[in-house]
Amino acid sequence: MFNRIQTHLATATNRRRLNLAVLVIPATVWLFFFFVLPLFMVLLYSVLERGTYGGVEWQFTLSNYERLFNPIYWGVLGRSLWLALFTTVACLLVGYPLAFFIASRPPQWRNTLLLLVIIPFWTNFLVRIYAWIIILRQEGVINVLLSSLHLINQPLDLLFNSFAVTVGLVYGYLPFMILPLYATLERFDFALLDAAQDLGANDLKTFVRIVLPLTLRGIVAGSLLVFIPAVGEFITPDILGGAKTLMMGNLVQNQFLGARHWPFGSVLSIVMIVIVLIPILIYFRVADEKLKAN
Amino acid sequence: MKRLLVFVLLFLFGVMIPVGCTADSPDTRNPGRTDTNVLSIYNWSTYIDPDVITQFEQEYDVRVQYDTYESNDALLAKIQPGNPGYDIIVPTSDFVEGMAAQGLLKPLNHDNIPNLVNVDPAFLDTPFDPGNEYSVPYQWGTAGIGYNIEATGEEITSWAQMFDPKFAGKVALLEDSRAMLGVVLIALGKNPNTTDPAEIKAAVDYIVEHKDVVATFAPDTGQDLLDQGEVAIAVEWSGDVFQVMEENENIRYVIPEEGTIVWTDNLAIPTGARNPEMAEKFINFILEPEIGAKISNYVKFGSPNKAAIEQGLIAEEDLNNPGIYPSPETFNNLEYAQELGGDTQLFDDAWTELKVAIGQ
Amino acid sequence: MRNALTLERRWDLAIRFLGRVGLWGITLAALLFLYLPIAILVIYSFNTSRLNAVWRGFTLDWYRSLFAGIGESGADVITGQIWDALFNSLWVGGIATVVATVFGTMVALALERFKFRQKTALEALLFLPIIIPDITMGISLLVFFSLVFQLIQTVTGVRLVLGLPTVIIGHIAFNISYVAVTVRSRIAELDPALEEAAQDLGANEWRTFYRVTLPLIFPGILSGALLAFTLSLDDFVITFFTAGVGSTTLPVFVYGMIKLSVTPAINAISTLMLMASFLIVLASLALQRRSLQL
Repeated sequence: MFNRIQTHLATATNRRRLNLAVLVIPATVWLFFFFVLPLFMVLLYSVLERGTYGGVEWQFTLSNYERLFNPIYWGVLGRSLWLALFTTVACLLVGYPLAFFIASRPPQWRNTLLLLVIIPFWTNFLVRIYAWIIILRQEGVINVLLSSLHLINQPLDLLFNSFAVTVGLVYGYLPFMILPLYATLERFDFALLDAAQDLGANDLKTFVRIVLPLTLRGIVAGSLLVFIPAVGEFITPDILGGAKTLMMGNLVQNQFLGARHWPFGSVLSIVMIVIVLIPILIYFRVADEKLKAN
Repeated sequence: MKRLLVFVLLFLFGVMIPVGCTADSPDTRNPGRTDTNVLSIYNWSTYIDPDVITQFEQEYDVRVQYDTYESNDALLAKIQPGNPGYDIIVPTSDFVEGMAAQGLLKPLNHDNIPNLVNVDPAFLDTPFDPGNEYSVPYQWGTAGIGYNIEATGEEITSWAQMFDPKFAGKVALLEDSRAMLGVVLIALGKNPNTTDPAEIKAAVDYIVEHKDVVATFAPDTGQDLLDQGEVAIAVEWSGDVFQVMEENENIRYVIPEEGTIVWTDNLAIPTGARNPEMAEKFINFILEPEIGAKISNYVKFGSPNKAAIEQGLIAEEDLNNPGIYPSPETFNNLEYAQELGGDTQLFDDAWTELKVAIGQ
Repeated sequence: MRNALTLERRWDLAIRFLGRVGLWGITLAALLFLYLPIAILVIYSFNTSRLNAVWRGFTLDWYRSLFAGIGESGADVITGQIWDALFNSLWVGGIATVVATVFGTMVALALERFKFRQKTALEALLFLPIIIPDITMGISLLVFFSLVFQLIQTVTGVRLVLGLPTVIIGHIAFNISYVAVTVRSRIAELDPALEEAAQDLGANEWRTFYRVTLPLIFPGILSGALLAFTLSLDDFVITFFTAGVGSTTLPVFVYGMIKLSVTPAINAISTLMLMASFLIVLASLALQRRSLQL
C-alpha cells in the first residue's frame, strides 16, 4: 500500500517535471540560440580592441571599461533613467483609466475597444512622429485652434522641448502599458465592487483596497514594459525634443555606427543591462518571499 | 471563448490573405537561391527614377531586386561581416575609401564600363578612390544653408552670418557629427578632416558659444522644418532643400562663401556579389547621358555626367541653379570629407561633449 | 447623527460621480490623444506636397500611384517596392506573433505554476531582450548569423544567407519576452484552486488546460499577441541588421526615404492598413452578433 502511494507520488512528480520541461524548453532553446549566444559575443567584444572600420581586433584590453570612469556617461545614463521613469508614470496615469474603462464594458465590446486602442500603432512610426510635429509646431493644429478661440495671442512653443518629448514618448509607449493592465483588469469581477459598496465602502476605498491590489501585477508588468525600453529610447527625443540632450540610446547607437567603436558600444550595453536588470530581479525575489511568508 | 477564436482567426486571415497572394511571385521569397537573372541593388529608398529601373529590366531581360538602407554607417556595419548577396551598393565618398581598405569592394573592370568617358573629370580619380578602381560617381551634392528669405529678411551668404544672435531659436543644425563639425571647421578656416583634437574642440566651443541660435539638431528633417516655418535657417544637404524650393518660393539654398563639404554617392560592387557582370552592365547603363540626366532631374542632386550636361539633357532650371551646379570658383572651395579610420571617434566624442555642454 | 450620515452619503455620491465623470473624461481624452495624430496622418495622405510638412492641396495621386498598374508589367517600380515591403512586414509580424505567443505563454505558465531552482535565471533571461538596446541586439545577431553561416558552409558546403527567415527568427527572440511578461501578469492573478478543482473532478491535465486554464488566461494571451504584432510591425533596427536580399520591410523602406523625403505615399499605405484593420474589426463584430442571435 505504502509503496503504491510512493510510486504514485513519484510518477506524479515525474509528470510535473515533464510538463515543466515541455513548457520551458521551446522558449529557452530559442532564446539560447538566438539571444544568449549572440549576447556572449557582446561580452567578448567588450574586452577587445576596436577595429579601425568597426568590428574588433582580437586583442585583450580593459580600456573600454576604464572609459566608464568619465562622469559624462553617468550624467547621460541618469538623464535617460529619469526620462524613462517620467514616461512610465505618465503612461500609467493615462493607461490605467483607459484599461479600466475597457475592462468594465460588457464582454462583447472589450476586444473591439482594445483593438481600437492598438490599431493606431500599426501605422508607421516615423509618419506618426511627423504628425506630432504638424500638431505641435508654431502654426500647428494646437496653436491655430487656441488662437482662433482667442485663448492665446502668440503661438506657444510646444516643439523642441521636454513637453514635446513627453507627449511623444507617452504616445509611443502607451500600448505597452495598456495591454498588460487590461490583461489583469479584464478578469476583475465588477460584481465585487457592488458587494463592497453594499458593505458600505465608498468607491475610493473600494478602488484603493480592492481593485488596486488585485491589479498590482498588471501595473508592475506594464511599468516594466514601458520603463525598460524607454531607457534606451532616443529617436523620439531627437526628432521632437531637438536632439539637444544626449540619451543612453544615442550613445550606444553612435558607438556602433558613427564612432565605429563596437567594444565600447558593448560595454555601454552591458552597463545598461546590469543597472536595469538587478533592481528588477531583486524586486521579484522580494515579492516571491513575501508571497511565501503569507 | 468561441467568439474569441473566431476573432483571432479572422485577424490571422486578414494578415495572411495579402501574404498568400504574393508568396507565388517566384524569386523574392527564396533568399537562398542564386538566380543569375536577378540584379540586387542596395540603395536609399526612392533615390532613383523608377523608369530607369524598368528600362534596365527590359533592355537586359533581368529582374531588379531593390532593397534600402538609411545611412552609410548602417550600410558599413551591415556588409562588414559578409555581403548577404547585393550586387550594387551606393556608398558616399569617404565610405568608399574605408570599404575598399577592408576589401569589401570588388575592383571594377573598366573595359566593361566604356561610358566612364561621359563623367566629368572633376569627379574622377578622386582622393577617396584613385583611378576609380572601385567606384563610379552616381550623384553629388553639398552641405549648405537653406533659408526662408521672408523669415530672415536678408540673403544668407556665410556660415558666420547664420550664427548671428538675431536668429536666436531659429536655426536647425544637422544631426551629423562629421558634417556639422566639418562645416564649422571650414567656417573657422580649418581643415574639415583635421584630427587635431584642439581644432575639433574649437569647433565644438564655437557652437556652444552660439547655442542660443540653435532650435534643434535635425536628423535630416531640416527641410521640412524650413517649409513649415518652424525654423528660418537650416543646415541641410543640397537636394533636400531643392525639393522644398520646388513647392515653396521663399526658400533658398546657398553654398556659404567660406566653402563647404562636398560629397558624391558612388556605385560600387561589394565583394561576394552574385551577379557582378550584370552589376557592371548596370553601372555602364547609369552612365548613359540620358539615364544619368533622368535620375538627376528626378532626385534633384547634381549629375557628374558631363555628357548629359553638354547634350542639354539636364533640366534647365537645375543647371542654372548655382546651388546645384556652382561656379568653378565656388567649386574650388569645396572639400571632401575623408575617411579618418580610427579617428572618426574624435568627432563622435566631440559631439558627445557638445551635447552635454548644450543640454543642461 | 442623521446629518452626519447624509454628509457621508453625499460624500460617497460625489466620489462616485467624480469617478464616473473622470473615467469617461480621461477615456475620451485618451482616445482623442491616440487618434489626433492618426487623423493628421490620414489627412496628409491626400496632400499634393511631396513632403510630410505643409498642406498644399488635395489630391488622390498617392493612392492612384499605389494602385497604378498592379499586376501588369511596367507597374511603377517604387509602388511595387512599397507593397512588397508591406507584405514582408505582415508576413514577418504574423509568423513571429504566432510563434512568440505560443512560446511566451508556455514559459509564463511555467514561471507561475511551477517551482524550480533556476527560476531567477529564467526570469533574468526573459528580461534581457527587453533591456538590450536594439542596435546591440541587431549587430550581435548579424555577426552571429554570419559566423554560423560560414561554419555551415565549411562543413556542409551549403551557402545560407540572410533573408526573411532570419528576420523572423530575430523578431520571435524579442517578442517572446514581451508576451511572457504580459501573460504572466494575468496568470499571477488567477486562483490555482480552479485548476486543482478541475483535476479533482477527474479532468486530465490537457483537458484542464484546454477547458479551464486557457479560457481564463485568454485575454492575457490576446494582449500579449497584440503587443508582439505591434512591436514586429514597427521594428526597424533589428530588422535592418537581420534582413537580406528581398526582405525589406515597411519600416526599413521608410527609414531609407530619410535621405530624400518621406512622401505621403507612406501615409496612404498606412491609411489603407488602418482601413483594412477597421474592416476586420467590423466584420468580426458582425459575426459575433450573428453567433449571439443563433
